[in-house]
Amino acid sequence: MLKTFKLGASILALTLAASAAHAEGKLSIYHWFEYIPQELLDKFAAEYDVEVTMDTFDSNEAMLASLKAGKMGSYDVAVPGDYMVEIMAAAGLLDTFEPSDLSNFGNIAPEWLDVSFDPGRHSSIPYQWGSTSFAVNRDVYSGDINTTSIIFDPPAALQGRINILDSQGEVLALASMHLGIPQCTTDRDQLRALNDLVQAAKPSWASFGSDIAKDVLVSGDAAVGMIWNGFSAKAREEGANIEYAFPKEGYVVWMDNVVLLKDAPNRDNALKFMNFLLEPENAAAVTNYAQYTAGVNGVAEFLDEAVVSAPELNPPAGGNGQFVMACSEDVQAVYDKIWTDLKK
Amino acid sequence: MAAQIAKKSTSNTSTYAGLGVFLMLPSWAVIGFFLVLPVGMMLIYSFLTKEFRGGVIWEFSLNAYDQFFFDRGLFGDAPPVIEWTYINIFWRSIWQAGVATFFSLLIGFPTAWFIATRTGPNKSVWLFLITIPYWVNLLIRTISMKFLIRDTGPLNEWLLSLGVISEPIHIINTSFAVQLGLFYSYLPFMVLPIYASVERYNFAYSEVAADLYASRRATLTKIIIPIVKPGIIAGCILVFVPSLGAFLAPDLLGGAKNFMIGSLIEEQFKGNAGNWPFGAAVSMILLSMVLVVLTFYARQQAKEGAR
Amino acid sequence: MARKLDIRHFPGFLPITYLCLFLLYAPLIIVMIYSFNDSNSITIWGGASLRWYGEVFWGVESAKFKAAALNSITIAVMAATTATTIATLAATAMLKAGRFRGKSVSFALINLPLMVPEIVTAVATLIFFSAIGFTTGYLTILVAHIVFCIPFAYLPIAARMQGIEDVYEQVALDLYATRFQAFRLILLPLMAPGIISGFLLAFIISLDDFIITNFVKGAGIETLPTAIFGAVKQGIKPNIMAISTLLLLVSVVFVTLSYLVGRMGQNKK
Repeated sequence: MLKTFKLGASILALTLAASAAHAEGKLSIYHWFEYIPQELLDKFAAEYDVEVTMDTFDSNEAMLASLKAGKMGSYDVAVPGDYMVEIMAAAGLLDTFEPSDLSNFGNIAPEWLDVSFDPGRHSSIPYQWGSTSFAVNRDVYSGDINTTSIIFDPPAALQGRINILDSQGEVLALASMHLGIPQCTTDRDQLRALNDLVQAAKPSWASFGSDIAKDVLVSGDAAVGMIWNGFSAKAREEGANIEYAFPKEGYVVWMDNVVLLKDAPNRDNALKFMNFLLEPENAAAVTNYAQYTAGVNGVAEFLDEAVVSAPELNPPAGGNGQFVMACSEDVQAVYDKIWTDLKK
Repeated sequence: MAAQIAKKSTSNTSTYAGLGVFLMLPSWAVIGFFLVLPVGMMLIYSFLTKEFRGGVIWEFSLNAYDQFFFDRGLFGDAPPVIEWTYINIFWRSIWQAGVATFFSLLIGFPTAWFIATRTGPNKSVWLFLITIPYWVNLLIRTISMKFLIRDTGPLNEWLLSLGVISEPIHIINTSFAVQLGLFYSYLPFMVLPIYASVERYNFAYSEVAADLYASRRATLTKIIIPIVKPGIIAGCILVFVPSLGAFLAPDLLGGAKNFMIGSLIEEQFKGNAGNWPFGAAVSMILLSMVLVVLTFYARQQAKEGAR
Repeated sequence: MARKLDIRHFPGFLPITYLCLFLLYAPLIIVMIYSFNDSNSITIWGGASLRWYGEVFWGVESAKFKAAALNSITIAVMAATTATTIATLAATAMLKAGRFRGKSVSFALINLPLMVPEIVTAVATLIFFSAIGFTTGYLTILVAHIVFCIPFAYLPIAARMQGIEDVYEQVALDLYATRFQAFRLILLPLMAPGIISGFLLAFIISLDDFIITNFVKGAGIETLPTAIFGAVKQGIKPNIMAISTLLLLVSVVFVTLSYLVGRMGQNKK
């Protein structure tokens, strides 16, 4: 029985390896799983006669670690978040291109062109963006939720019913906004205050968790959950009576970007792919699929109604969104210490 | 008498004397090449300087071990005092893993015994029954478990409707939930080795004991357990050691408010910390602790075998 | 006969076995129920429907999940088979071959994969593979899985072997059997429960592995765990529940078949 099984398996593996279609060129993408519609990849493959393979990761840091551990040179493009673009550039993992290399470069929305993590966009193009703050169950709490006090100094009704994302960067960035101090501050008193704040808030927090951030809100296990806006929209669609907050003190804005990796084996196809993604129709396809927001002009006519009208995806005018900053080595060491002490 | 029976059935034999090296060769080759070399490299990494956000710089440094044992304050320039943070994390993980192992044994031994005393092909069906749930991914199983035991979940509703309890039992996000997560992750790893051992048990011993008016309890503790001890120990190793480094299920059920060894190490490679030498150092400390215990056990075994 | 039963049974063991099964299966019942959920949620019931099964078989993403499931199962079968073979030989060496050079460190060596935290194995193995120019892909996953499966196969097998006296093989040798014959005809059949246990444990540990696979896999190769964990950008949908239920179904079919085959084998005797 086992023998047959094994034989079958190896034949299968061989066929899989052999049946790869013969296309003109290749493209190797390092991406999140289920973050790009398969149809779009197929469309690109057909349009440019390129064989597309995709490998997946589950967090920015996991991607960085595996690239640093030896996967450089196997991928053409990757899809890191904002601060990670800066980190990867500093680590020398990114290649550069000229705006003239991409005929659709002009489609990039002006506010996403000169971004702090890649000024002038020489290594990256916008993919999707969204925000991270928190959602509150309106059955439990009906007061004002547009303040970070909900997380760091919660009213009695919410204490012990808060789920926090298990993500140092986002939690400490939000905490800094709550205190009104700059992110990655080098001021020792401010860092101490940051430490005291999270330590004092921890007893009000029920759990840390990212994988289950949406589900604890839907099930009602948590009355408040730190969450990405797209997930909050999904939780609401699934029937949770929750509202997503845009705190006045500030909230985290993130943007995923397609970057050109150094030592890309198929640089030309990588540029074609990036150009392809700047096509409004294609950017809109990603948005409709992933329910975040594209960073490309002219997508409006291609968008689904649900995406356009979702309150989570439309921050108030003058909203105070900020990117998570990549701290210097010294400050990062303090942040690590704060985080370890918080969870010791 | 029991000791003699136990000794007789566990004593090492040498039918294949002289072939040991050849029989051992595949394991040495596979583990030696694909694990000892990489892990040896990690040992070296633990003595190198960290590269910011992952990676190492090839300069000797004891910083990783220093960080483990000495606390220099929030900014790293206070006079060093003993760092209890990591020792506490170790202690907590060992305690949780120990409790989980104990409960696995408590449930696993009777189950294994029951299966081993079935007859014919039923036996293997029972074995499969124990392992089939593990065809479903751990993350999915754990989320379902979480759903089941939450305050308003089916378990509490059921117990409330039966009138067994008047208030929902709060399990989620407690340290009991952490132990439950570990227990649930590794239960078959206790049952199957014990089964493999018990299946070989010769019931004539029990009959003799019964003839000599030994109580059931005495038969169990004085005869059966010594004889199936290898299976029990194998099961305990297979539950305890992986539990030390596990974090997924305990974090999901327990709320991840405190680091386990596994999540602490994970954070060094996959978190913002990106401190590979420290992650490597923590792993090496864990590894050497487990190695010492296992070597001690192996020595004991060898002694028993030689007697 | 009545007394024999008495010896084999301990009061309370049967209820504990049922408790054990209940603990193992209760979450799966939730998984099965929610695979028929009409809503997008894995925690709120939105009516019964087969839409997620439709999605699994005919949805746009179905090819990916099918490939991932297939990869998971083939890797688990091959890794468990290889690891069990290696572990059986190792156990014979450790327990039935007297003294030999390197025996004292072998126990630690075999159990090393158990002791090294997964993420360390993952990063170290990836660095090592790229240092020796081993391109990541299906094969790297398989090799890594074989390595960490070995102790899970070895420990039950060794536990079993410790209970087997060598008289049977000695008799065989006295009757002019070769040592290979003694091994194949005497020791292996006696070892069967240990080997099956070892194989099953290796199989499920391989099937469930995420951390190591996530690092050593190459472009285009997913396994089910990497697909499930990688879906964080979209959240877990009931299609995963449907896939899990189908996998359970496959395993049940597999078990039933092996039961029938086993019974046929018995009847022949």
